[in-house]
Amino acid sequence: MTYNFTVSPDFNPSYLSGWFIFNTWLQRQTGEAFHLDLYDDFDLQRRAIAEDKFDLIYANPYDAAVLVREKGFVPIACPAGKSDEAMVVVSVDNEIDEIEGLSAGLRISATKDPDVNLMCMIMLEPADLSRDNTVTKHCDSYVLVAKDLIRGQADVGFFLQETYDKLSRMVKMQLKPLVQSQIQVINHVLLLGPALQHRQLELQQALLAMTATAAGQSLLESLSFTAWARVEPEDTEFMIDLMDTLET
Amino acid sequence: MDDMKLTDVVGDCREVLMQYFDGSSRTVLVSDIETPLPDGRLIVSRTDPEGIITHVNDSFVEMSGFSSEELIGKPHYILRHPDMPAVAFKGLWQTLLEEGNKWHGYVKNLRKDGGFYWVYATVIANVRNNEVVGFTSVRRKPSRRKVEEAEALYKTLL
Repeated sequence: MTYNFTVSPDFNPSYLSGWFIFNTWLQRQTGEAFHLDLYDDFDLQRRAIAEDKFDLIYANPYDAAVLVREKGFVPIACPAGKSDEAMVVVSVDNEIDEIEGLSAGLRISATKDPDVNLMCMIMLEPADLSRDNTVTKHCDSYVLVAKDLIRGQADVGFFLQETYDKLSRMVKMQLKPLVQSQIQVINHVLLLGPALQHRQLELQQALLAMTATAAGQSLLESLSFTAWARVEPEDTEFMIDLMDTLET
Repeated sequence: MDDMKLTDVVGDCREVLMQYFDGSSRTVLVSDIETPLPDGRLIVSRTDPEGIITHVNDSFVEMSGFSSEELIGKPHYILRHPDMPAVAFKGLWQTLLEEGNKWHGYVKNLRKDGGFYWVYATVIANVRNNEVVGFTSVRRKPSRRKVEEAEALYKTLL
C-alpha cells in the first residue's frame, strides 16, 4: 500500500527539496511507500482533502480544523519554537506608516493562504477596513504579491512572516512592513490520517529523535526547522478553537 | 479576590466597589490612563467552565499588567472595568451555552495599575465529546470609531 503525503501550499519554495528528502526519510523509517503530492493551489488541495486522498498532511492552522474535526486526523508534531505570524506590507514609497492611515477602497494583494488572510484582515480592523470596503486580488505566490506592491498595483500585501523574511534583499528594499502579528499560539502541524494511526507512536518518536543524528539535523535544516515538538490532541483543539474565534 | 492596592496604581484614581455575578465583591482603583492595544497583538486566554483562567498568552500578561501567575487561577472578571455595564455581558452565557454560538463585543478592560484598554472580544465554548470543558477568548484591537460608539452606548446603560 502507498500512503499519500501532502504539505500546505504555503511552504517556501526554497524548502521544496527538503520535503522530498523528508518523504524519503518517512519511507525508511516506516518501511512503507509514501507518495508526496505537492500543490501550489489551496483550493485544489482542499478538494483532494475532501476526497480523502491523504494519509499524512503538514497542515496550516486553518485546514487543521477540518482535518481534525471532520476527517479524523490526529496531530503528532509541529516545528519547535515556530509560530505562524502574518504581515501587512506596503511599498517603501507609500507615505503611510501605520494601519490607521489606511482607508476604504484599499487594494489588497494576497495569496489564498487562509490563515494569513484571516490574520491580516484582523490587523486592518483598527482602520475600520473589512472585506466589504476593500478589494482583494489573489496571486499564486508571495513573490507576485511583492511585485504588485512594487508596481503600484496594490496598496497593501499580505504575507506569511517566514516567507516575507525569505524574500531577496533587493525585493525587501522596495517594501515596508506596516504591522506584524504577535499571536504566538498558531502554527502548522503534522497530522496523521486514520489509515496511518496504528503507526502514530512510532512515527512521533522517530520525529522527536531526529535531532539525535547528524543526518536528522541536516534534514531538519533543509525544512528550516530546529526540531519537531510533540503535539497533543488538546494543543491542536485549542488552536482550532482559537482560529474559530477569529472568524467573525 | 483581594482589593486593588494603591501601591500598584499609576496616576490619580477613584475607588469603586465592584459587585460580581457570583456574589463576591472587591474595591477597585480606577484611573483615566489608557494603554492602547498595539497593532498586530491578539490577547488570548482560556478558562475552565466556571470562568477561572487556565491559560494566558504573553500579550494578555503585558496588556493586563498582571503576571501569568497572578492571572491563572483567578476569575476572568478580574479584568472587569466599572465602566462596563452588566447588561453588556447579559447575552454571553446564553449565546455560548444555550445557542452554541460565539459571543462578541467591545469591552473596556481594567489593568492592574488602574488604567484601561479597549478590545473587541470574541468568546467561544470549548466543546469536547459534546461537553463544554472551558472557554477560549481572543481580544483584538478595535477601531477608534467603534470604541467611541461603545463608550457612548455603555454610559447610557450604567
